[in-house]
Parts: sequence; C-alpha cells; structure tokens
Amino acid sequence: MTTDLDQLKTDLLAAIDAAAGLDALEAVRVHALGKSGAVTGLLKTLGGMSPEERQVEGPRIHALREAVTVAIADRKAGLEAAALDARLADEQLDMTLPVDVAPRGSVHPVSQVMDELAEIFADMGFAVATGPEIEDDWHNFTALNIPETHPARAMHDTFYLADEHERPMVLRTHTSPVQIRTMMSQKPPIRIIAPGRTYRSDSDATHTPMFHQVEGLVIDKGITLAHLKWTLETFLKAYFERDDVVLRLRPSYFPFTEPSAEVDVGYSMVKGKRVIGGSEGWMEVLGSGMVHPKVIAACGLDPAEWQGFAFGCGIDRLAMLKYGMDDLRAFFDGDLRWLRHYGFSALDVPTLSGGVGA
Amino acid sequence: MKFTLGWLKEHLDTQASLDEIVLALTRIGLEVEGVENPGEKLAAFTVAKVLTAERHPQADKLQVLSVDAGQGPMQVVCGAPNARAGMLGVFGAPGAYVPGSGITLKVAEIRGVQSNGMMCSVRELELGDEHDGIIELPEDAPVGTSYPAYAGLDDPVIDVAVTPNRQDCMGVRGIARDLAAAGLGTLRPLAEVYRMPADPVPQVGSGPNVATHDPEGCPAFFGQEVRGVANGTAPPWMKRSLTAIGQKPISALVDITNFVMLDLGRPLHVYDKAKLKGGLVARKAKAGEQVLALNGKTYTLDEGMTVIADDAQVHDIGGIMGGEDSGVSEATTDVVIECAYFDPGHIARTGQALNLTSDARQRFERGVDPAFLDEGLAIATWLVVEHCGGTASGVTRSGEPPVAMPKIAYDPARAAALGGLDVPADRQRAILESLGFSVSADWTVTPPSWRRDIDGPADLVEEVIRIEGIDKVPSTPLPRAEGVAVPTATPAQKLERKVRRAAAARGLSEAVTWSFISEAEAAAFGGGAWTLANPISEDMKVMRPSLLPGLLSAARRNIARGSQSVRLFEVGRRYLADDERATLSFVLAGDKVPRGWAGGKAKAFDAFDAKAEALALLAEAGAPVENLQVMGEAGATWHPGQSGTLRLGPKTVLATFGAVHPATLKAFDLDGETVVAGELYLDAIPAKRASGFMRAHYTPPALQAVRRDFAFLVPADLTADALVRAAKGADKAAIVEARLFDLFERDGEKSMAVEIVLQPGDKSFTEAELKAIADKVVAAASKLDATLRG
Repeated sequence: MTTDLDQLKTDLLAAIDAAAGLDALEAVRVHALGKSGAVTGLLKTLGGMSPEERQVEGPRIHALREAVTVAIADRKAGLEAAALDARLADEQLDMTLPVDVAPRGSVHPVSQVMDELAEIFADMGFAVATGPEIEDDWHNFTALNIPETHPARAMHDTFYLADEHERPMVLRTHTSPVQIRTMMSQKPPIRIIAPGRTYRSDSDATHTPMFHQVEGLVIDKGITLAHLKWTLETFLKAYFERDDVVLRLRPSYFPFTEPSAEVDVGYSMVKGKRVIGGSEGWMEVLGSGMVHPKVIAACGLDPAEWQGFAFGCGIDRLAMLKYGMDDLRAFFDGDLRWLRHYGFSALDVPTLSGGVGA
Repeated sequence: MKFTLGWLKEHLDTQASLDEIVLALTRIGLEVEGVENPGEKLAAFTVAKVLTAERHPQADKLQVLSVDAGQGPMQVVCGAPNARAGMLGVFGAPGAYVPGSGITLKVAEIRGVQSNGMMCSVRELELGDEHDGIIELPEDAPVGTSYPAYAGLDDPVIDVAVTPNRQDCMGVRGIARDLAAAGLGTLRPLAEVYRMPADPVPQVGSGPNVATHDPEGCPAFFGQEVRGVANGTAPPWMKRSLTAIGQKPISALVDITNFVMLDLGRPLHVYDKAKLKGGLVARKAKAGEQVLALNGKTYTLDEGMTVIADDAQVHDIGGIMGGEDSGVSEATTDVVIECAYFDPGHIARTGQALNLTSDARQRFERGVDPAFLDEGLAIATWLVVEHCGGTASGVTRSGEPPVAMPKIAYDPARAAALGGLDVPADRQRAILESLGFSVSADWTVTPPSWRRDIDGPADLVEEVIRIEGIDKVPSTPLPRAEGVAVPTATPAQKLERKVRRAAAARGLSEAVTWSFISEAEAAAFGGGAWTLANPISEDMKVMRPSLLPGLLSAARRNIARGSQSVRLFEVGRRYLADDERATLSFVLAGDKVPRGWAGGKAKAFDAFDAKAEALALLAEAGAPVENLQVMGEAGATWHPGQSGTLRLGPKTVLATFGAVHPATLKAFDLDGETVVAGELYLDAIPAKRASGFMRAHYTPPALQAVRRDFAFLVPADLTADALVRAAKGADKAAIVEARLFDLFERDGEKSMAVEIVLQPGDKSFTEAELKAIADKVVAAASKLDATLRG
C-alpha cells in the first residue's frame, strides 16, 4: 500500500510536470482529483477502514491530495505566465517610432515684454492705460507743447490720414498722447504705463514705420526728478533681472518735459555681444523728464499743485536688448521659424515670484 | 555741430584735456556723437628738406634725392616732377603707413638704387585729390617737426548733437560758454578772439539802401557795404577750420560768412552790389515768384514766405538760402553784407514748404540771438576789411529785433522740489549768471538774449541741474502703498492676455503684422475706413479693417519658404470708421496633420478646424459658448457654403470663421492652398459679471446619468444644430446634453443620430418615465420632419 501511494504520487507529479498546456493539465487534474479520479478514489476508501487503519492511511492519502493540488496550481500558474509571455512577445512594437506631436504655439516677444512691463510696474502701483493709434494732432502734438512748426510734425516724420477731419488726424508718433488722455480723464494721483503701437515715416535697417513704445506717467504732489531716477533704475533692474544695471542720465530736450533727460544704460562686452550690466559702454534706452507745466495745464490741471514725470521707451528695443534679436524688421514678418525661436511658451506668464524673464 | 578742439580753445581758456571736455559736453546736455583726430594717422610724417636732386641712373622719370628730415641726409628715390633741391616737403620714413595708397613704407631698391622712405603727395596723405607732384611747404617750415602738428592737422574734431532748444550752441562760442559755466575754463572776450583793434573799423558814407517791409517774417534787417574788396582766398587759419569740419573753402567773402555762422551762430549773407538793381528789401514773396538758389535749384515761392529782393528780382529766400544771381565771385568789388533777424516760425514753415534745409535755416529756425545783430555785423565787416580790403560804409538798421526777454519769478527751492537736487541758492545764482542770466536780489531772473528757449521756472531748474550735474540727483523711491501690489489690469487687458496665451497653448504662433496694408488687400476685406495721406509705400497705405490680410500675407510668405503647416494668430486692432476694435484673428493653412506611419496621408485643415478654434478661444474668453448660435452671413471674404458666424442673439457677432473664399485667396497669391481662418471680436464678448470669487453651490449628482440614442431620417436641408437643439429642448429638466454622433447620406436619404444624456435627480428614472422622455424627443424631431428610423 505504501509503495502504491508513493508510486501514484510520483506518477501524478510527473504527469503534472509533463503537462504541455492547460488542457493537458486539466486532464491530469480530472484523472487525479475528478469524481472518479485516482486520489478521489483513495479518499473514498477511508470510509471503509478501521479507525486504526484510518489513523495511519488518512494522513498519507490527504498528504497525497494536498501535494497533487499544489503541484497542479503551481503548474497552472507557470503555464499561464508562459502563455502571457508568449503573447506579449508577439505584441512587441518598435518604440522608437515617432509619435504625433501636438503643434507648438508661441507668444510674440513684443507681447511677452509688454506683459513683463505690466507685471513690474503693477508692483510699483502703475496701471496700464491705452489710447487710440489714430490720433488728432492736438493730443499728439499741441497738448504736448509741440509747436505748429516743430519738425516732428512734418510729413516726412509723421503719417497723416487723408480726407478732411475736424482736426488733422495722424498715426500717433509716440505713446505720449495717452498721457494727455489719462490726465484729462482721471484725477491725480496718477501712475500709469501705456504700451502700444506707434508710427513714424521711417524705414531703414534699424527703423520700421511701425514700432512699439511704452510710456510712463506719474502725476502727484511733490514728485521730483529723483523719483524718476529711482523708478527707471528699479524698472530696468527688475526687467533685466540684474543688480549691476547702471543708469546714466544726460540732460536733453523734449518739448513735453522740463527738465528733460535721456537715459543711457551701461553694458559689458561678453563674447563680442553687448550685455546689459556694468559700464564698459553706454546705450541710449529711454527719454524722460518732468512733465512740462504747459502740458499739465493743457490737460486742465493746475501745474502749481500737480507735478510729475514721464518717460518713453522702445519695447522692441527692450526685447532685443534682453533676448538678443538683432533685426527689428523680423519682428513684423510673421516667419514661423523666427516666432518659434524667439517666441515664448503660453505658460511663460511673467510673475514676480518666478521672475519676469523667460 | 562739428568743431575742432583748437577752434573751441579760441573761445575757451582752459587747461582741460580732450577727454575732460568730451565728458563735460555730454554731462551738460551737448551729447558728443564722435571725436576724430585726422592728424593721428599722419603722426609718422615729418617736415623735410630736399638737399640734392640727381637723375636716377637707370630711369628717366625718377630722381635720387638726398633728404633731411631732421636726422641728416637720407637717400630717397622719387618720381615727382616737382622734386628739386632746396624745396621743403613731407617725408615718410620706413615703417610709416601711407593712408592714401594703403601701403607701409620700407627700405627698398628701386631700379638698383636704395630708397629710404618717401616724399608724399596730397592724395597720398588723404588731404585732397591732388597728385601731380609732392607737397611743397613754405620755406620757413621747420625741418624735422611733425607734419600734422605743423599743418594744424593735429586738432581733434568734436561732433556734438545740439538739441532743438539750444540755438545758442549752434555756434562754437555758445558751446564754449556752456563749458565755462560748467567749470571747464573761462570765456575769452569776443574782441580778443577776433583780434579786433581797439578802434572800430572806420565808416565812410551812409549805409546801403536796405529795409524790411515784412516786420512779421523779418523784424530786423541790418546792412553794411564794403567797397573796393578783393575776393581772394580766406586766411589759412579760417580755411583750416572750415576744412577740418568738412566745409569746402570757396572764397574769402563766402568763407567769412560761413565762419561767423559756425563760430557765433550768426548767419549772414553777402551780395555783389554790382548785380543788384536798386536797394534790398525784405518783403513777402508774391505767389509764383521764382528764385534760382545757390544750390542750383529754382524754387517757386508763395505769399507766406519772406524774401530779400531788389527792384528787379528775388535774391534770397530770407534766412534760408541766397540766390545765384547776386552771389559774390572773384570779380566782386563792392558788397552788401546782410545781417537780419528772421522769425523762427516763418523760417520753419518756408523751409518745410520748400523742403529746403540749410545751415542758416537750422539756426534761424531755432532762433538766433536778436541782440547780436550790430556786433555780428561789425565782426563780419572787420573780417572782410581785414582779409579783402576795402572801405566800410555806415550801417543801415531797418526794423527792430525782438530783444525783449521774459522776467521769471524764481524760487531757488524749486531745484529740490522739481529737480530733486538741493543746490544752495548762492550756487544757483552763480550758475545762472555764468550762463548769462541776470538774477535780481529778489530772484527775478532774466534769460540772456541768446536763450529764447527759457520761459519759466522749470527751465531754470533744468539749467541749474544740468550744470551742477544731473548725476548728483539722488534716487528716491516713489511712495509705496501698504501691503502687496493691487491688481491693475482692466477686464479688456485680462481678456487679451488670456486669449493670446490660449491660442499659443493651442498650437498657434503669435505674429505682429503691419497696421497698414495695400488698398487692394483692404478692398478684399470690404475696404478700409482710413487711408494715409503720405504712406511710406503703396503696400502700407490703408489702415487694416481686419487682421486677416496681414496674416494671409504672412501665411503666403511661410508657404513660400516651404512651411507645410501654418498656424498663425494675431491680437490687435481693426481700424474702423468709428473706433479701433480689439480683435484676435487666426489663419490655418496647409496640413493639419502631417502624413505619418500610423495615420497615412496628410490631412488638410477644413472649415470645422476654424470653427473649433473659434469656439475654444471664445470659451477661454468667457463667452457663453453653449448659448451661441451658428449662423451664416460671414461675408464675401469667405466660402459661402463653408463659413459662419457665432452669435449671441441674432445681432451680436462674436466671431466669424470658415474656409477663405477662393477669390480672396487669389488676391493674396494663395491660389490652390487650403486656408481656413477665424476672427474673434473681443470687444463684443460680454464682460464677466463681477460677482466675487464665490462660485454657485454644486454637488455632483449621486445617481448615474442615462444615455439614449435616436436615429432619425431627416430632410436634406435640416441642419444638425436644429435637430440637436430640438432634442435637447424636448425635456429641459431631464435632458442635460444632446450630441450628434452619426451622420450619413445614402440613396437620397439623410440620417442623423443623436445621443441624449438624462440626469436623474433624487431617484432613478422608471421605464415609463424614460419612455415618456423618448416620446418627447421623437415628437420634437417630428416637428422638423425628422422621423425615427425603423
């Protein structure tokens, strides 16, 4: 009996081991553990045994059943794993194949720099103001203390609109008329910047008939040239994100400011390129000054009570100085290659905590 | 404005170096644009004497010279015909670079004879065009000295940009005065500068017959005659000064007027008396009157212009340019010198109208010193008598120059209150006085006659600050509001920022295109409301009525460069008759999806891609896209069957989209390309209601939504939108969503399949309820003649 059981176990385990697939394994299981299986049959004999016999044979038969059950389960798991492996091996793909790439869009550098300016100046309490680009000559010239005979009014500098109008209409030659509109429409204190398109009848390697400017205006009580200096220093340091930005003010002349100053920013030469910071050389970046009393008066404010400063700066130039483009005309060409190279990701939203530059 | 350092020092007694002067000029507002020393490149050339000259043994045209350049005889081979023993010239030793011929001299054998340098011609030293022989110097030229030093070439030329307000600095003396005020030296008296004798030039007889009949255009006309002059060449120092700054010497009389203008900012004119008929009068021109000006061009004048004329004709466009017919020549013997004051406004208008600029106009336009007519005329007459001989007449003075200057009540505290720099009152007084202002004890300040630009306290603050040093102005922070910065962007600005970044995130690249387009391009979009009177070119003439022309042109350029897929957008303004309107436009051209291993052939954009972009961007803009109606009437620019408008209500158009009309594409040289586009009218999008940050209460429903599909046979002209709206509206409480998911046409039958989503509330729908809703959907569809497919 002992021998038979041992032999049966050996045979069954061998058969399980030899089962080539799940079907063969199931046949072995039925042969051993099915209703009329060999092990089932042995289990049935337990009922007819004497207690003494059962005490001896029972554990042995149960051990046989257990061993066969475990072996079948193990074998089944093994066969299933092998089948899955085989299937997966069949499903292999060339993962170096290219995938569909979503088209990559970009934000134009001019827009990006305008957003940077808005962010920096918002921190200093400046709102963003706008005004029309087709302006009348009063807002663009007269109110800004630019006399009738000033050369800037000439046709070779200023675009005039055809046809009769109540007043001669021009394409604004600077963002300064927004100063006038702001002073006439809101009460001081005023702190605004006004970015936007401007136009001059000029076209060569460094000038385009359309370009972008940003105007700054502060009108309050007790505002001096010293506040102007601080504001420009603070702005340029924040914009270029460098502490070594050095400014040089030069006395100059604009009809709408008095005193007036042109502002140079210092640069260093790094690998043959001008980089803002230091003072190896100077580049003109801004025109500025204390708003002329006649301009304040023209807007209906009392120059004895209110004073302040204004400044103007080329946005395209600011972009070029920070991001290194060297051809202004390319700004307006819409060349996708240029836009992708010099443009910005939609998610490059300028923030003070993350730095305004990208 | 150009001048040399030596010229400046005629007026300014100073020990300051060139560098110090250059820095000071820029510091006080006279921006130095360049400094060039023409003598630097000739530093290696010296004055030399030819001791002997022998014929070259091997060449007829060459001579062998023995030259002393201060270090004993040296052998030089020379081909100049004028080289001869005893003459003095300019010698370059081996090692010297000859700028005119671009070579560096070295010891050389010329036809077997050693040559140790070169005697130079004018052209070789880039001093002129002459090349017939070597330079001949006067006998007293000191042998061995530096040639540029001897010739006065070692004098740096300084170029400053004079701002339009500084008429006084359009002459060297004004610049010297500013530098003196800035502490760079002292200003020499004018008589000393011009080496004028203590006694004035004797005057014989009465002054010439000159007068002004146009007190507005020419308030003052002074004149003096000099008889018996010889108009030779100007003195060497004057020619040198003029040459150094690029003015060609012409004749003594012309050079004298030019020099006085450049030196003192005082334009003059000299007439050849023999060519005049009767006296000279400043008067208004008659319409159509013509004058042949000194530049050789004939100008036709109008009544607003001031001229100087004799009895017969116009001789001078007053204050701008003299006439050819009365100009001086070598034969001139008697001259009338004009020293007048022309009104700046008149000069500007005349100059602009004639499109004529001149050195005189530049000065009269800014305003010359009205108190300097007598002195200016006296200096000119002195120079003429000194260098051309002759006898001066008396002076005729017609009219009154406007010498009155404003009196400005000034408070020295303004320097700190406006300029931000605390300058002691005494120092301010000293600065103003050094600039020629008179300052009374009670601080009434009168500007000097040469500073017409000064008319208020702010101008005086500027004078004080620029001379004291604008670099001394401290940096003072603007007062800052408490707490973190307050948001400043307006709803319109936020909207623009949002749609811009949304478009970029959706794969479109932002372009910035010209605001002006050609008339033809504008016409393709219904024409523009604004046309430039003076466009820079025909391509940039009309203010754009749409952003699409610029984008279509950009798309064409990109396609021409080989781009397979163009996705461009722009945020900017359309310039309409009544307003400038904020707009976002986009253009999609070429492949939407490139050919690929997985997807096969490339897929072109179609009108639905334009609709998808428009809707997505409108959604980002906060427009209620669920409520928008898709309507037609996009306009003639668009494909009539593949375009539409997105409207809020029947009238408010928020966007237009679709395939661009082939005729439009043809107008933009985009024939045969697939181009779809869209335009969002940002100012039409209703602003978000300001309701704080709190959102409406919401809890996701506990019960699962139920979906039901319906397939309808529909009339051929039924739109998908109509059917979907009908289905959705069949039970507004239960149906939360309706969507067309299948569409096909076969054998003249059109079929649409709609999926509806039903959201149960507290309890699930019963079968009866679902049946009732389905019946309502079918009933709603049947009103559109849509029947459920069997």
